[in-house]
Amino acid sequence: MTDNLLEIKGLHVRFGTPIGDVHAVKGIELSVAKGETLAIVGESGSGKSQTMMAMMGLLASNGRVEGSARFQGQELVGLPLKALNQVRGNKIAMIFQEPMTSLDPLYKIGKQLAEPMMYHRGLSAAEARKKAIELLELVQIPDPTRRVDSYPYELSGGQRQRVMIAMALANDPELLIADEPTTALDVTIQAQILELLADLKKRIGLAIIFISHDLNIVRRFSDRVAVMRLGEVVETGKVGEVFDNPQHPYTQMLLASEPTGRKAPVPDTAPILLEGSNVNVVFRMGGGFLGSKPSEIHAVNQVQIRLREGQTIGIVGESGSGKSTLGRALLRLNHGTGRIRFEDADISQASREAMREHRRHLQLVFQDPFGSLSPRMTAGEIVTEGLLVHEPQLTKADRDARAVQAFEEVGLDPNMRNRYPHEFSGGQRQRIAIARAIILKPKVVVLDEPTSALDRSVQKQIVELLRSLQRAHGLSYLFISHDLSVVRALSDYIIVMKSGKIVEEGSTEQIFDAPAMDYTRELMAAAFGH
Amino acid sequence: MFRFAFRRFLSAVPTLFIVVTLSFFMMRIAPGGPFHLERPLPPQVFENLNRAFFLDQPLIVQYGHYLWNLMHGDFGPSFIYRDFTVAELIGNSLPYSMTLGFWALLIGVGGGVFVGSLAALKQNSLIDYMVMSVANIGITVPNFVFAPLMSLVFAVVLGWLPAGGWDDGGFRNLVLPVISLALPQFAVFARITRGSMIETLRADHIRTARAYGLPSRTIVIVHALRAALMPVISYLGPTAAGVLTGSVVVETVFSLPGVGRYFVLGALNRDYTLVMGTVVLISIFIIVFNLIVDLLYAVLDPRVRYE
Repeated sequence: MTDNLLEIKGLHVRFGTPIGDVHAVKGIELSVAKGETLAIVGESGSGKSQTMMAMMGLLASNGRVEGSARFQGQELVGLPLKALNQVRGNKIAMIFQEPMTSLDPLYKIGKQLAEPMMYHRGLSAAEARKKAIELLELVQIPDPTRRVDSYPYELSGGQRQRVMIAMALANDPELLIADEPTTALDVTIQAQILELLADLKKRIGLAIIFISHDLNIVRRFSDRVAVMRLGEVVETGKVGEVFDNPQHPYTQMLLASEPTGRKAPVPDTAPILLEGSNVNVVFRMGGGFLGSKPSEIHAVNQVQIRLREGQTIGIVGESGSGKSTLGRALLRLNHGTGRIRFEDADISQASREAMREHRRHLQLVFQDPFGSLSPRMTAGEIVTEGLLVHEPQLTKADRDARAVQAFEEVGLDPNMRNRYPHEFSGGQRQRIAIARAIILKPKVVVLDEPTSALDRSVQKQIVELLRSLQRAHGLSYLFISHDLSVVRALSDYIIVMKSGKIVEEGSTEQIFDAPAMDYTRELMAAAFGH
Repeated sequence: MFRFAFRRFLSAVPTLFIVVTLSFFMMRIAPGGPFHLERPLPPQVFENLNRAFFLDQPLIVQYGHYLWNLMHGDFGPSFIYRDFTVAELIGNSLPYSMTLGFWALLIGVGGGVFVGSLAALKQNSLIDYMVMSVANIGITVPNFVFAPLMSLVFAVVLGWLPAGGWDDGGFRNLVLPVISLALPQFAVFARITRGSMIETLRADHIRTARAYGLPSRTIVIVHALRAALMPVISYLGPTAAGVLTGSVVVETVFSLPGVGRYFVLGALNRDYTLVMGTVVLISIFIIVFNLIVDLLYAVLDPRVRYE
């Protein structure tokens, strides 16, 4: 018997699938002491979440668990549901990655907060409601007496995550399991949530298991760290030791996968390729038959932008700041107004046919490597589809040869060009998306969060790829991202956007080393923690 | 919400107008008429009848005449059942159909939702397979097969229940027709509920409820069922309208005096006013039930708001 709060020994998780068992967690050992924060890091598919789900009896119906997870001496694996329900939400509470969907959309948050308290502690509805208001105050939801009667859809993502934290704290748990609690949130909100958790931990003496793939956060926030890979714990230790002196090659690789390097600025004499002046995009919402008044959202508001040959402009800002909308407006993909020039032509009024001429030089790569490739076409067909429009004189063999060339350029085996998108990993798909853009020999590529859906180590490879393609073809990039470390590595000029407007712009050095505006400083502090 | 309901009521007027207009002219395109009988009437009688019912007037005049009367709540006289107006025919038979439909709906929806949820909770178990088998039978066996079969077994062979007729509308007379009418609805609702429940049970917020140690009963009844009912309710609107306005087959097999048989008799006899009457009746039912469904949606899901 140790004085550890939680002791996991030889835990296995297997999922039955039609093509045989998947061994997701392979006999791991972990422990958490009272009041300690243990971080579990690893890339997607490493089994970090499934370990926790298994322990809490929350596996999908095809999941099986073996081994031992003792909490305060009580074995959780194989515990009957009734007894397990005495632990769940009472002594061990969880926060999940998806703040938008983790609360029941049909009930007021007050009721959802009250339910576990009424069930575990036998509070009356009135007592539980009073306690719920206190909890909302504790997690810094403004105006808690009113907010307690809100429905989840009336709250922002950050607020919903605060409600989840309030729910977790309701019964004074001993252990909090936070499964990527901030991944789905903007950086500044992320920082606030982490601060809140750290503060609560100090005040209540809570032990936390913190699951994350973000090493920056782990370093700041945890006492000990366990690195997981392919269902195994490859390294554990104190955060300082592991980060400063990683033993396992995988840990070393993870730590080195922060994108590095800077881009030299282009000379002022470089010709201007794409220029937008007074760009505005307004969305109209609502209004209809016998109807209500429409409202307007000014998504992009009087933006000036000038992209030179060989330049990479990083556009940063939180979600809803208008970054992507601006990128699309510059490519004339939405109903923006303002003057847009590409090379010597004013394209702001160009017809669809006239735009087609320019399209091959103005390419776009999307964030979602899963949704942006047609599942019914082979990778080769996807990559060469643009050639059908822009170089119709090519024969099938010509196009195939170009596909081979493009695949090689983005570091994919050309033999894979006859496969379908679902046979590729996320990183490979993003390479396909990039190949589809560069096969047309474009001059400007708009990259809309191309690395956000990828693991860190894959991100780094994509950053390297984008960099080498830029060098080889003299491309200009508009790089849209909320991930500042990637932006810093790739861009030579930065535009910071908020609520559709540019709040600050300047060279990468200037913005990162001496930001002038509070908002920019806030973004930096949230991302890099200084 | 009241404003919404009021607006929806107003927008039902043009809908109804379009339905009436289309039905009126489509019916007249079909050859024949109410007084084209197998044994032709003497020309003088035929002409007199046509004049009496305004059938000698241009079509557009007849249409205007019908609309005018309809706006004043007058469905006109039946061409075939000459002692009755259409309103009387429908008014006399509708209560029978609605009684039958009400019980069938209650059993079909209530039972379907219940066993559908059960099947979802015990997915891939024996219960699940049994429920789905019954549901498949209910969907695939047409009620012109099922209803006579029920009558044969329980009335003719076993002699437990009457083979037909309304009498006092008591339990014994209602059992067989209600079951025959309810079975297909039961089957469809069981399937819809099962599918939607399985999906809901996988939702993130259900995982949250489980992670917070709530008892299974609370999770299922309070959190899962309410969300899972959404697709059930949207199917309920048109179904309720259809079931409550009578079933031709069931009413015929069990010789019940419902409104269902007028659909067919009206159409076969070219009883123009009777057909129009039933069309208007069903349209109104569908419009009303769809409105009820929309309002129920807003009650169940706070995100649905009607301005």
